[in-house]
Amino acid sequence: MKHLVKAAMAGFDEKNDVLVTVEPIASGIEVELKSKVERAYGKHIRAFIEATVKEAGFDGVKVTAIDKAAWDYTIKARVLGALERGSAE
Amino acid sequence: MLNKIGRDIPMELECLQGRRVYEGQFAMTETGTRAGKPVKLHTPGENKLVGSIDEAIEKVGLKDGMSISFHHHLRNGDYVMKLVMDRVQAKGIKDITILNSSLAPCHEFLIDMIKDGTVTAIETSGLRDALGKFLTLNPGVLKRPVVIRSHGGRARAVCTGEAHIDVAFMGVPACDRRGNATGRKGKSACGALGYAMVDSHYADKTVLLTDNLIDYVYPISIPQTDVDYIVEVEAIGDPEGIASGAVGITKNPVQIKIAEMAAEFLDQAGIIQEGFSFQLGAGGAPLAVAKFIGEKLEKKGVVGGFGVGGATGVLVSMLEKGHIKAIYDTQTFDTTAAASLDNNPNHIEMSASMYADPTTDCMTNYLDVVFLGATEIDTDFNVNCMTDSNGILMGASGGHSDTAAGAKVTVITCPLIRGRLPMIRERVETVITPGESIDVLVTERGIAINPNRQDLIERFRDSNLPIYTIEELQQMAYDMVGKPEGIEVSHDPKDVVAIIEYRDGSIIDVVRKPLL
Repeated sequence: MKHLVKAAMAGFDEKNDVLVTVEPIASGIEVELKSKVERAYGKHIRAFIEATVKEAGFDGVKVTAIDKAAWDYTIKARVLGALERGSAE
Repeated sequence: MLNKIGRDIPMELECLQGRRVYEGQFAMTETGTRAGKPVKLHTPGENKLVGSIDEAIEKVGLKDGMSISFHHHLRNGDYVMKLVMDRVQAKGIKDITILNSSLAPCHEFLIDMIKDGTVTAIETSGLRDALGKFLTLNPGVLKRPVVIRSHGGRARAVCTGEAHIDVAFMGVPACDRRGNATGRKGKSACGALGYAMVDSHYADKTVLLTDNLIDYVYPISIPQTDVDYIVEVEAIGDPEGIASGAVGITKNPVQIKIAEMAAEFLDQAGIIQEGFSFQLGAGGAPLAVAKFIGEKLEKKGVVGGFGVGGATGVLVSMLEKGHIKAIYDTQTFDTTAAASLDNNPNHIEMSASMYADPTTDCMTNYLDVVFLGATEIDTDFNVNCMTDSNGILMGASGGHSDTAAGAKVTVITCPLIRGRLPMIRERVETVITPGESIDVLVTERGIAINPNRQDLIERFRDSNLPIYTIEELQQMAYDMVGKPEGIEVSHDPKDVVAIIEYRDGSIIDVVRKPLL
């Protein structure tokens, strides 16, 4: 299981993008989402972020995402980018 | 009660007593005669000019419970409603129905007047921003739901007396001392006065407000015979908000792709030919279609007939280049088009009645084709241009359903996805225009023809255009962004915030408060 060594960010607060911040926590995966498309895709995006973190092999991560209607491939790229940045000393 | 397109209309609502539900685009059977002003003797020596808005309000006998109207030709630059309503409020007059041709963001002061009981009912074509949100989320702040009408539907309702106007307060960019008025001249020039013509003619009393009192007016849009009083004011509007500069063709590649495909579709359908008539709705793609139609006309060496406006600089340039022979204009959107109306005799002003009223010989019935936008469309081709993806009132009915019913071919231009939201739904949140009026949907990734147009489907069987079923286009979007969840709305009849009237006065849908 991989762990973050520090908080890190990826993405932009722009249309069709998502600004993702990851922070180390004791254990588990927490997702906090603010999305322009909350009603239509909120549930999906939360589950998708959690699955992305898990799939990357991480635990003890809090993800804060400010989403302006990014598509899944963008969300995935930003989450993975933030995790990678947060893993480097 | 379910109407013909399967919308559940709560006919038990008090405001719907005696009304009928939507039964089809040309199902109206009501007859009767038009309404009109009360008869009154005019004698020599009368003076219509009064010193103040207060004096006008007193002279017309404005009282609690009356309906007053304003036009929306001054768009987001309108000062007139505020000028008048501030005095109505100051005089303590309550329970007023605002019966507007449309409302703009500059009218959000109405929220406070609703809260203090000055305004208790609203009927309009458009509702947006703070006021739209306030009314969607607070059912019961008005004594009855908002009534949303199309431009033609409102003209019909006013002409038949169904929507009775006690006093019309009409801002006019120029008028003479007898009340002959035009929108063509003056610092607040707005172009055509199509909506004001109807209100002035049918209201019990008509008051003009002007910032440009001149000796003579010609051509006359509102005649002195329809006018009771005139008030001179400092300014009827903010020129910046009244008319934008020339609206250019969009540079958005998705919009351009859609426009190009729509024009190509039209060409292959055999519609772009000598004398053909059309209307372009507001919005990027519909306006961009003009450029491609112009190119095709030039290539074929033929000249179109007339264009209908909402005139814009884009339409005017088609007239000036000789692509079309005339413009019929009910409201003028930009300064280029306003100048054209003033200078070009082939740019013809018309009333909202002549434009789109289904109980008159209206111009929309002569359209070969109309290009319209959509907030969303469903697999039955029903179109919403009134509520957003959260169910909030943020648009306008406008001439959408009028032109769609009248035109031989109605083309909806709409991106397949906006942001992340697929624009083709199983069921649109609010129906403004029924699917039976819609013939074709053009998106950047493909075209869908309404199955009730088998003639077009047959014609395009071997076309090189990307023709799909609407369900296939919908699936294409779902494959890219996933299927969205729908909005939950309250089904309590008390939470109905707006009634959507079809142009013939039948009830096509209602807007219910969304559950947040």
